Amino acid sequence: MASFATFGNDLYTGKRSYDFVGSKKIWFLIAAVAVALSILLPVVKGGFNLGIEFRGGSEFTVSNVKDRDAALGEKAVQDVVSGSLPRVANVAGNTMRIQTDKLNDEEVLKVKEGLTKAYGVTDNEVTSTFVGPTWGADVTKQALIGLAIFVGLAAVLMALYFRTWKMSLSALAGMAATMFVTAGVYSLSDFEVTPSAIIGFLTVLSYSLYDTVVVFDKIRENTSELQSSTRRTFAEEVNLAVNQTLVRSINTMMVAILPVGAILFIGAGLLGAGTLRDLSLALFVGILIGTAATIFVAAPLYAWLRQGEPDLVKQAKRVEQRRAENAAKAAPVTA
Amino acid sequence: MARTGPKNSARRVLVWLGVILAVLTAVLAGGTMAGQASWAPKLALDLEGGTQMILAPRVEGGSGINEEQLNQAVAIIRQRVDGSGVAEAEISTQSGRNVVVSLPGTPTKETRALIQASADMNFRPVIQAGDGAAVPAEARTPEDKLPKPTAAPANSSDENWVTADVYKKFEALDCVNPSQDKQERSDPAKPLVTCEPASDGRPAIKYILGPVEVKGSNIKNSSFQLQRGAQGAVTNEWAVDIQFDDEGTAKFKTVTERLNQFYVAAGGQSGSDPKSQFAIVLDDQVISAPRSQAVITDGRPQITGGFTEKSAKALSDQLRFGALPISFEIQSDQQISATLGGEQLRMGMLAGLIGLLLVVVYSLFQYRALGFVTVASLVVAGALTYLAIAILGWTENYRLSLAGVAGIIVAIGQTADSFIVYFERIRDELREGRGLVSAVENGWKRAKRTVLASKAVNLLAALVLYFVAVGNVRGFAFTLGLTAIADLIVVFMFTHPTLQVLARTKFFGEGHKFSGLDPKRLGAVPLYRGAGRIRTPEDKPVPAPRAKNTGAAAEAERRMTIAERRLAEKQEQLAGSSKSASKEGK
Repeated sequence: MASFATFGNDLYTGKRSYDFVGSKKIWFLIAAVAVALSILLPVVKGGFNLGIEFRGGSEFTVSNVKDRDAALGEKAVQDVVSGSLPRVANVAGNTMRIQTDKLNDEEVLKVKEGLTKAYGVTDNEVTSTFVGPTWGADVTKQALIGLAIFVGLAAVLMALYFRTWKMSLSALAGMAATMFVTAGVYSLSDFEVTPSAIIGFLTVLSYSLYDTVVVFDKIRENTSELQSSTRRTFAEEVNLAVNQTLVRSINTMMVAILPVGAILFIGAGLLGAGTLRDLSLALFVGILIGTAATIFVAAPLYAWLRQGEPDLVKQAKRVEQRRAENAAKAAPVTA
Repeated sequence: MARTGPKNSARRVLVWLGVILAVLTAVLAGGTMAGQASWAPKLALDLEGGTQMILAPRVEGGSGINEEQLNQAVAIIRQRVDGSGVAEAEISTQSGRNVVVSLPGTPTKETRALIQASADMNFRPVIQAGDGAAVPAEARTPEDKLPKPTAAPANSSDENWVTADVYKKFEALDCVNPSQDKQERSDPAKPLVTCEPASDGRPAIKYILGPVEVKGSNIKNSSFQLQRGAQGAVTNEWAVDIQFDDEGTAKFKTVTERLNQFYVAAGGQSGSDPKSQFAIVLDDQVISAPRSQAVITDGRPQITGGFTEKSAKALSDQLRFGALPISFEIQSDQQISATLGGEQLRMGMLAGLIGLLLVVVYSLFQYRALGFVTVASLVVAGALTYLAIAILGWTENYRLSLAGVAGIIVAIGQTADSFIVYFERIRDELREGRGLVSAVENGWKRAKRTVLASKAVNLLAALVLYFVAVGNVRGFAFTLGLTAIADLIVVFMFTHPTLQVLARTKFFGEGHKFSGLDPKRLGAVPLYRGAGRIRTPEDKPVPAPRAKNTGAAAEAERRMTIAERRLAEKQEQLAGSSKSASKEGK
C-alpha cells in the first residue's frame, strides 16, 4: 500500500489525473441508463419482493430446533393450508422463522402444532405472530415524508453553505441516482424489502449527500480564486478537486463499508435473515453506489451546469490564451 | 507558567475532554449506586424480548381519529395495561394514527383482550362508599353479619344489590395499593365493586356501585370552564359541563330525581349520603363521583368542586371520549423472543467488532502511526456514545434497539471519515511543503469547515428521521444523531489536540517513515531547501495537462528517466510566466 501515498501525491499534484469531468457524457449516459433500467425493472417485474410487514400475514418462530431444514417448516404449513407458499428462513443459531399468508386462528393453532412436531420442539418454543399489511405501509409513508423534508432542508442548507444552488442541484441529482439505482439493485436481486431495508435506504441517501458535501467543499475551495487565475479552467479545477479527494473518497468508502460488509458476510452465515442483514445489505449496495454517484454524477454535473456562465467562459478563454502563449514561448527553449 | 501556544491550549482541551468523560462516568456511577441506573444500556423490546402490539383506534361510525382522541386512547390503554399488572409497558403513538403497546414478556389472552376492548364509559349510582384502604382481615365483617338482600332490588341505588359476596369483595378491595390481578370487564346489569384511584391529593376511595343507568355514548359533548356565580360573575372555581343527547337527558332526569332525594334527605350541602353520588365509570374505574345537588331536566349537568384547570380539562376530555366508544383493531401483534434478539445483538456486535478491527488494520496500513490516532479517537467516541446511551436510558428511558445498534455500526464509517478528511488535509499541506506543526494548524482550519458542513447533513438526516419516522426508524435515527454529535466532540476535543501535541514530537515532527506523515513519501517540496534557496512560486505542482493529451502525457511520463523528468519540469517552469500569482492555503 506504500504506493497508495504516492498515488495520493500524484492525484494531488495533478501528475496523475482521472478525467471525471471531461468524459462526463459517458458517465451521464451510464447513469441515465442505470436509472432508467432501475425504474423499468420493477414495473416489468411487477414491483419488489416485499417483506411480511408490507404484505401482511402470519409469522411463526421456532427456537431450539435440532434440524435447520427449511423443508420441514414448509411441509408443516402446507399440510394445514394446501397450496400456500410459506417463506422459511433460519434467522439465528437454531431459530427458524416461517412466514405465511394471513391465517385464521384455527389454522394458526394447527400450523403451530405441525411445527412443534416437525422440528421436535416443545409447545412454548413456537411463537406465532400476526403482522398487518398497513404496518409496513405506515413505516414507508412516514419514511417518504421524512425523506421529502430532509431533501428540502438539505437542499437549502447546501445552497446556503456553498452559496450556489447549482451545487445543491448537482448533489441532489447524485442522491437521486443513488436512490433509483439502489432500488433497482433490490428489484433485480429480489432482496426482500423490509422496514429495516427502508431504514438502510434512508441512511444511504444521507450518506450519499454527506459524501458529496465533502467533495464539493474541496471543489469550492479550488474554484474560489478562479477569476484571478489562469492556471486551469473551471472544469479542470473541478476535476482536480475530485482527484485530490479521491484518496479520501476511497478511504472513507472502505472504512464505511468494512463494518457493514462484516455484518453482511460474516453475519449472514451466523445470522440468517433479520434486521441487521436487511440493513447492512441496503447499506453495502448504497455506499458503493453513493460514492460512485458523487464522483461520476454530482461533480461532473456541477461543472457542466456552470460551464456556460459568462465569467467562466471568459476565464476559460484566458487560460487557453495563456497556454497558447506558453507553448509559443516554450518552443525555442532547448535543454 | 502562563505559557500559551497551540500545544498548551491543546493540552487544556484534552484535559477538558477528560473532565467531561469523568463527569459523565461519575453521573452514571452515582445513578448506579443509587440503584436507579445501570452500567448496561437499557435494551428495547427486540433485544429484551416481549410483545409489541400495534393498535389502530377505530371510532364508531368510522370517522377518523384526531390527535386529542388518540392521546385519550393512549391514556386509556395505559390505564388498562397498568391495571393488568404488566410492569414496564411502553405505550406510544405512531404516525398520529396508531397506538403502539410494547410489553415485556408474553401477555395473557385476558390482557390482550382487555387492551383491545373498546373503551367503556357509563354512569352508575353509588350504593356504598368507603375509605380506599382494604379492611384488615381481623376487622372484617364475620360471615353471619354480612348483608343479606331481602328482596329484589327496586332500582339501581337499592341496598339489596349488596349481597354477601359483593360486600366481602368490597372489604377486601385495596384501592391504595391496587392489586394487579386481572379483572374481567364488568356486567352492566350487575353491581360493581371498584376504586376511584387517588389523584390530585385526593385519597383513593372504594365504592359499591349499582348497575349502569346511563351509557357514555349518550354524552353529546363536554366542556370545562370557570364556574359562574349566582349573579353570572365568573368565579375562580373550575367546572365541567356535560351535554346529553335526548335519550341520555331523559334517563339522567330519572336518575337525578332519585339521587337528589337522598341528597336532600341527608341535609343538602352538609350531608354526605353516598347514595346521592353518581359515579362516572371509565373502564370499570371511577373517574369522578359527584353528588346530585339538583334534578337535571335539560340534560346539561355541571360538575363542580375542587377542580384545577388541569383536572377539569382531564375529566372533560374523558367524558367527551366516553361519548365516542373507541375500539382498537390489532394491526400487528408480534412476539419477540429475547433469545432471538440477543443472538442478533451478539452477532451484530461480533460483526461490528470484526468490522472495527478491519477499519483499524486499514487505517494503520494507510496512515501508519496516525492510524493509532484514528483508533484512539474511535475508542473515545465509543466511550462517549456508550455513556450517553446508558445515561439516557436512566433519565429518559431510552432503550437501545437492534436498529439503534445498526446505527452505531454505520456510524463507525462516518465517524472515521472526519479523521480521514482531516488527515488528508494535513497531508495536502505537507505536500505544499509546510512543516508539520503548521500543516496541522492549516489543515485543521480547512478540514474543520468540511467536517462541520458534512456533519450538519448527518444531523439533519437524523433529526428529520427522528421526528417524522416511526418505530424502529426512530431508534436508528437517534443513535445516528448521537454518534454524529459524539464524533464532533471527539474531532474537536481529541483528534485535533492530540495531533497538535504529536506534531511536536520527534517521531512525527521529523516525519519518521512510519508516522504516516513522512513528507518525502508525500512528495513534498520543502519551502526552505538549504543553501539559502527558498522555494519559488514556480516550484508549485505541475498543472494538469489538458484533457486531450492526458493519455499521451501519462505515457511520456512513464517513459522518462528521473533526470529527464526533472528537466521537463524545469522547462515548464521556465515557460511559466512569473505573473501567475499563486494563492495557496486559502
